[in-house]
Formats: sequence, C-alpha cells, structure tokens
Amino acid sequence: MLLEKLINATGISSREKEIRDLIREEIKDNVDEIYTDKMGNLIACKGKEKDGQKVMLAAHMDEVGLMITEITSDGLLKFQSVGGIDKRVLVSKPVLVGEDKMAGVIGAKAIHLQKKSERDKPIDFDNLYIDIGVNSKKEAEKYVELGDVAVFSSEYEELGNGRVIGKAFDDRVGCSIIAELTEYDFDMPVYYVFTVQEEVGLRGAGVAAFDIAPDIALVLEGTTAADVPENKEHRYSTSVGKGPALTLMDRTVIADKNILTGLIEVAEDNGIDYQFRRTDVGGNDAGAISLSREGVPSAVISLPCRYIHSPLSLIDLDDYSKMSRLVKLYLERLARKGI
Amino acid sequence: MLEILERVTAGFGPAGQEENIRELIKTEIEDYVDELKVDNMGNLIAIKKGNGEGQKIMLAAHMDEIGIMVTHIDDDGFLRFTTVGGVNPKHLINRNFVFEDGTVGTVGVEKLDSYKDLKLDKLFLDIGAADKEKAKEVVGIGDVAVYQKKFNNNGQRVISNSLDDRAGCAVLISLLKEMDDSINDIYAVFTVQEEVGTRGAGPAAFGIEPDLALAVDVTGTGDTPEAHTMDVKLGKGAAIKVMDRGSIAHPGIKNMLAELAEENEISYQYEVLEFGATDARAIQLSRGGVPSGTLSIPTRYIHSPSEMLDMEDLKDCKDLLVNFVKCENLAKVYKK
Amino acid sequence: MNSKELIKELCETTAVTGHEANIVPLLKSAFEDYVDDFQIDKLGNFAAVKKGSSNKEDPPKILLAAHMDEIGLMVKKIDENGFIKFSTVGGIDPRTLPGQKVKVHGKESITGIIGAMPPHLLSAEDMDSKAYKLDELYVDTGYSEEELKQIISIGDVISMDRELLSLHNDYVSGKALDDRAGVLMMIEAAKELQRLNHEIDVYFVATVQEEIGIKGAITSTYDIFPDLGIAIDVCHGLMPGVNSSEASKMNEGPTIALGPQVHQDIFALLKDEASKRSIPYQIETNNSPFGTDAAGMQIARSGVATALISIPLRYMHTSVELISLNDVKYGAQLLASSIAAIDDEFLEGLRCY
Repeated sequence: MLLEKLINATGISSREKEIRDLIREEIKDNVDEIYTDKMGNLIACKGKEKDGQKVMLAAHMDEVGLMITEITSDGLLKFQSVGGIDKRVLVSKPVLVGEDKMAGVIGAKAIHLQKKSERDKPIDFDNLYIDIGVNSKKEAEKYVELGDVAVFSSEYEELGNGRVIGKAFDDRVGCSIIAELTEYDFDMPVYYVFTVQEEVGLRGAGVAAFDIAPDIALVLEGTTAADVPENKEHRYSTSVGKGPALTLMDRTVIADKNILTGLIEVAEDNGIDYQFRRTDVGGNDAGAISLSREGVPSAVISLPCRYIHSPLSLIDLDDYSKMSRLVKLYLERLARKGI
Repeated sequence: MLEILERVTAGFGPAGQEENIRELIKTEIEDYVDELKVDNMGNLIAIKKGNGEGQKIMLAAHMDEIGIMVTHIDDDGFLRFTTVGGVNPKHLINRNFVFEDGTVGTVGVEKLDSYKDLKLDKLFLDIGAADKEKAKEVVGIGDVAVYQKKFNNNGQRVISNSLDDRAGCAVLISLLKEMDDSINDIYAVFTVQEEVGTRGAGPAAFGIEPDLALAVDVTGTGDTPEAHTMDVKLGKGAAIKVMDRGSIAHPGIKNMLAELAEENEISYQYEVLEFGATDARAIQLSRGGVPSGTLSIPTRYIHSPSEMLDMEDLKDCKDLLVNFVKCENLAKVYKK
Repeated sequence: MNSKELIKELCETTAVTGHEANIVPLLKSAFEDYVDDFQIDKLGNFAAVKKGSSNKEDPPKILLAAHMDEIGLMVKKIDENGFIKFSTVGGIDPRTLPGQKVKVHGKESITGIIGAMPPHLLSAEDMDSKAYKLDELYVDTGYSEEELKQIISIGDVISMDRELLSLHNDYVSGKALDDRAGVLMMIEAAKELQRLNHEIDVYFVATVQEEIGIKGAITSTYDIFPDLGIAIDVCHGLMPGVNSSEASKMNEGPTIALGPQVHQDIFALLKDEASKRSIPYQIETNNSPFGTDAAGMQIARSGVATALISIPLRYMHTSVELISLNDVKYGAQLLASSIAAIDDEFLEGLRCY
C-alpha cells in the first residue's frame, strides 16, 4: 500500500529524495507531464489543454527530523531539529541516521543518576545526544558527517479498529491521496504538486504556485487531533474517527468561502462525515499559495492525526478513505460547476 | 467627511468576510471613478486615470476589521471562540459582539484566581441561548462577530469602533469624491485581510504594478497618561510614518510628503511606531520592489472597541494626500 | 586601496537600514575597475555587473548578495531637556549601548553619547542584576531642546560612531562588519575574476534592508531572476560561552553552509573548488533556512538555487565586531574560482532531482 511505503520512507525538509522517487515511480505513467524544479518540488499535470479552472492539489513530502550539528570527542552526535519538534518527545527514542539509515538512540541519563531537581525539567537539545555505538570522534567520522539528518525509526503498523500508527502522517497522507487521484481523469487542468520544505516555513509551495499560476488550490494535510484525556472538548482541534477536517482559518490562511461551501455541499449530498478544524494555530502550504501573484482562492482539507510531530502518530483508515472520496467528488463538481 | 466616517465604521467586515463593507464602499464611490474591480482576494480597486504623463500611484486603506470566530458550541449553548486579527483578551470581558445578521452576544469569563491568568480559552460568548440546539439555530462554527458598533461625535474628536482602518477608507473615499483631473493614475485600493497579516495588499500590488505606493492607516499616540514613549499627538496633524515594525518608509516619499505639507501649510508630524505594520510592508516587497510609505491618522486605543481620533488630523491627512496624488513631480521621489 | 584601507572606509561610512544611499558612491569607486556596468533598483539595491564570456542571447546569471545596511537607532522623541529617546533599527542589544558614542544624522550629523548613570549613584544590587532597558536610555548631544529641534527631526537615524581598529594578525574590529565584510569579499572576488574566464554573467549586489527582514534580497532577486545565487554574510565566531555547534573557528577560512536554503549542487561545487585550490574552509550546519539573504533569494518567482558563504565574526551586533581579513580573502578566492567553474551542464543539473 502506497501510504505504508511513504510512512516507512525517510524525507526530512530539504532531503526529500526518497519520497520524491517513490511518488514519481508510482504516478509517472498516470500523468501527461512530470518534472522537478530548482527546490525539488515534484510537479505532475494532466489535462493541461482542457478548459476550465486550473486546479493545484498540494501536499508536502517533508517530515520533521533532526540534523547533526556536532560530533563530540566521545563520538556522540549533537543535533538540532529541522521543523518544529517538542524536545520532550525525543529522549529515549531510536532513530535512523544518514542516508544509510544507521541505527542510533537518543539516550537519557538513567533516573538513578539524576538529581531530584533535574527530573522535573525537560531535557534541552544541548543535553541530548544520538549514540551510534562508536568510541571516538574519529570513528564516528567514518559513518557520519556534519549536516547528516536523522529521523524517528517508527514503522507503519495497524492497530485494532482500522487505526494505524507510524511517523510522518503529516503529510504523507496528503501525498498518498494526491498520488492515488492521478488514476482518475477530471474535466479540467489539474496539477498534482508534492512540495518540499513545508515544515521549515512553507518554502516550496509558493515557488511551485508562482510557476503554475493556478486558479484554485486545495491543500491536503495531516493535522492535530487532540481528542485525548486531560484535554477539554473545545480544545480538541479535530477528533479521530469523525471524518476529514475542513479548515476555517489558521495562522496563515482564511479558507475561501466558495470552496468551503462546495466541500460542505459535496460531503452532505454524499453522506460523507466531516468536521471543522477548530483551532486556528499552525499553518501550511495554503498560506504561501494563497498569496502567490494576484492571489489564489485556497482551502485546506486535513486528516486528523493524534500526536503529530512525534515518533508515533495515530490515524483512522476510515477517515483516510472519506477524505480521499471527498476530494475526488469535489474535483468532479468543480469540473462541472466551477468554484 | 464626518458623515462618510460614520457610515463606513458601521459596515460589517471582519478579516476574511469583507463582502458587506465592500458593497457599502462601492456605492459611496462608484460615481466618482473611471473603473471599479474586485480582484481574486476580494480587494476593491478604484481607478481614476491620469493623462498618461504621470506616475501610477497605489493607495491602500484596509476595509477589514478585527473580530472573533466561533470555534465550538457547548451543550449549554455557550460559544467558544478564537480571535481574527489582534484582539487582546483584556478588551473582551463583558463586551458586546455582533454577528452579520445582527445577533448580539456578550463575553463572559470563567472564574479566575487573578487577572494574570486571563487567557483566550477562559472566555466564552453568551448569546442567551437556552442550549446547544437553540444556539445552533442562530450561529454556526466559523461565524465571525465584531465589536458592537457605536459612533460618538464629541465635536472635534470622535470615539468609535473600527477607526482602524475605516478612517483610512474615509480618507480615500473623500479623496476620490474631491479629485478632478491629475496627471497621475490613481489606484485606490480598499484592501482585505490586513488585520491577519497585511495579506490583501501584496496580491493587489502584484496586479497593479504601481510606481509608488502609500498606505493610509491609523497609528498610535504618546499623549495619554504614562503612555509608551512616542511623539505623536492627537491634534498635531497628519502623521508621516518613518518606521514601524513592518517597514521603513522610502525616504523620498517621506520627504516629499513633508515638503508638500510645508508648501500647503498642512499640519504634520513624524511618526516612529515600535510595533505593528501596515499594508506598505506587503506592497513594498511586490515583484522587484515598490517605493512605499504610509500616511497615518493618529488614533488612541487602537484595537479596543472605543478608538479615538481628531477630525482636524483626518482632514489634514486627506488634504496632504490630495496634494500628493496631484503632484506633477512625483518621479523626484526616486531620482537622485 | 588595499583590503585594510577599503574595509576601514566601508565600515566607517554610515548606511543604516533603510538609508543606504550614502554608501553607494564608495561602492561604485571600489568596483569601478572590475565590472562593466552599474544598476540601482527601486528600493536602492546596488548591482555591479560583470559580463561573462557566454555569447547566448539570454546569458545565464549568478547573483551574489551581501547586505550594505547596518543596524542603528532612530530618534523617536526629543524631551524638554534636549535628551533624545530612541528606537532600534534592526537587532540591537540595549546592553551594548551605555557609554557608546553615536552620530545623529539630521540636517547635519552631530555627535552624541548614550548616557550611563555613574556607579556612585547606583546601588550594588542595580549594577548586579538589572540590565539596561531600551526605554531607560537616551542620547545626550549637549544641545537644548530648541537648538536640537533646528537640526534633528523625529525619525532621523543614529549610527554608532566607531573607528575600525587593526588588531594583531589581520584581525580588525569595529561596527558594521556585519555585513561590510561580505561587501569587501564581493569586491575582492570581482578583482580575482579579472584573471579568470567565466561564462556566466555576475551580478554583485549590495542589498538593502537585510537587518529588518531580508527585503532587498527578495525584490532584487525577483528583478534580476538569476539562475543561481550565493549570499555572503557573517556567522558566529567561537568564543567562551558559545557552543561549537553554533559557531565557527576564527581565521580557519570562511564557512560553507549546509541547510534547507542551500542547493546541494552548489554546496558540492564550493566544497570541490575549495579542496582543488587548497582554500581553507569550514562547514556550517543550519537547521533552518532563515537568517540571511539566501532565504529571500531562494523563493523568488519560481525558485532560485542558492548557497551561503559566511565570515566568522565575534561579538555580532555590537560596535566591536571582529573578523579575520584572511577569512575574507579566502572567501573571495573561493567565489571567483567557483564562478569560473560554472558551465551549462552544471546549470541544467540544478533542476534535476
């Protein structure tokens, strides 16, 4: 299954090669044209010659991860985050380092050795190290270079009830849905865009949008679901199992009213569960695309994911198929009726 | 201009939902311009052509205002909300808010040990609904409300909601009504979504490709008790912005405005603002760059329900702006 | 002028963010003998253009960017005793200001000092625990309010008054080495290119307003739209209290950055050329694309392949910034030889992923 392959593959911001190659292999025979640009965005299109609104579908290929910034004399690796990671999820986790995906661990001082005052405070990046099992800086330098990247070593795994865990659902779910949509034909020009460097500032999307100059954009994302104990209902943002989430407003974009209305109508007419994304924090590629050139009406549809930007997130496969169906039906409506 | 100001501050138009205020402004100006357009973002662009020998000037005043957006309706009919634009929680307790259809609610707060604990998620909007079902008949998730509207005229000074930036809009409307011919092409843009990050202005500038630009917006003052140090005062005239946290004004534009003010005996003052931004920030960075500045209207209590300005300052801004757009020598702004 | 004289002129000339026109004549005379043309754009970005040997109708272009603006202060109010209250332009640490000599640029440029209370009048507790805050500081010019207002207006800029000092070993110290050192590297690269053959047209751009949001780089790159771009800025130099993962060694060569704002092919080109020519260099890891003109250049229009070379600098954003002129010299050599190595194949490969 494509989603599984994408989750298990590695691609942090600006190092998206594995993801890009996977997607390209998957979709190249379905589309008319496929190319990359100077930043590494992967852009495919179908129906360029057709009439109708030019649609840009976008999902980002990159995930958050770590970059090696120093090798200590003991051969331990110091690092910084690439994209936003809560440092508290890092300690005591296995990682995969470099292109060869070497095993490493982010160790913690044993609790026996900690002072009571230390145990109350989160461990800072300065005191976290990746251990790859070498004895000296010289030995480490045989395997790692400054600037190499590391990701969480979590694999795609199915739980009970149609739920799945893994890393990087944000935004491999979006990539997977868009890739799957290339199997269909729509009656208008459609650009399937797999962007880079979203997690470090929505960097790839604006560049791709400038090149394509779409009339409408739909961004498919993985977003926070905080429907968990100790949280109040009005702060859930989204809930797992209640269908795809439609953004009203986040820190970077206010969803276009016409597109939003269209999506709601399609969902209701076809009995597809949906919810609203009920917090306004965070941003995504729509923030960059919507302000490109003279402006592009844009909307964001997201899959609820618990625990995003951590080693293990959780999604519902039923939500996934509902989201996919919603987007497909909306595109069909768009081709018929326009925005 | 007082009547225009009163009319435009009454228009409903939170960032992202400017349809109402756009229609209102359209009817104010449609008989006074050569062309009117609405672009992809919803910006209203009013064009008065010059004689082809002058500069293409973009003026920008934002039509949107700040507000609150409903994010959740609880079982008892209370509404939870987030902010649209820079709304400070301390301005909200017991304030009245109004939705597009006229529904009014008031803001309540959970029990607090101290006001230091006041945060957005401790507040809720009460529209007096008996329960969730009743509330849902009237409002939905995503609906936006703005401060309840009230315009007070004290003679010289006005206290009202939304002077930011309906005052700027009033200046542009007055200018369009007053202007006859000039050599310069005037693109008066009533922009959208300024309050959530000067978003409308950039795409508008991309489409227009102006030679230079002036935003018209409000700025703070330093003339109230124990105020943050700032030289701007109500009643001292149009404020020529030198710098805020969004941009530094093009020196040529700043100097040109001061020259024109001196020549035409219009009261003016220089302004340095240590927070905030205007549409000039976005316009300046459009394409290969646009020399930009801001003409500011001194205003107290910005982003509160009761902002205050001085009508003489407003008139000074308008007069200075008219002189600027009529100026036959604007190319001097970027010539050495 | 040799490097030391030139860097002295560059640093001692005032060009506070937003008011850069003042330094342009110096740049013109510094580049004059090495380039074919000059351009100034709408926001004041200054470009010195050296044509390459390509005879294509639309020759490929590389844009080098070093910012010419320096941080400073701005008059925000003149009080009734003639003291000037000020705001910051760019990232100034208020703690570096007390006791600093400044120039206030109005109708004329006048000298002032940023006052500091004498220890006699302060408590030990104050001196130990309370850092100066911006609102407590002011400039004393000696003038009265009326006299001052004849010369100075609200909004006038204030620059640090500091001569460039020569220390031992080709180290120099002064204000505005961020990023006049980068500007110097561009001038020296232009000089180096005199003796090399390069196909690509080179735009040496001294950008404006980097310190308040890389604004000049954004618009100038849109305007010129090069095939690739290299930003030249400063990075932190090692000193006590700073991690070696956050800073680079002094006098061991310029740093070549590795991060999201750097295109892997250009990184490889710079590294290879440095090795081939035995030019000392260091690697600097960046986990974020922001912080220099490279960030603005990379996302212009439909994208530009970018890279970043930096000069290690201690005490950034103070008036005693410190660099090694050797690092600048090596950087200039590296840039020139890398530019000479760029051919069509390299350029076509930039889109290949």
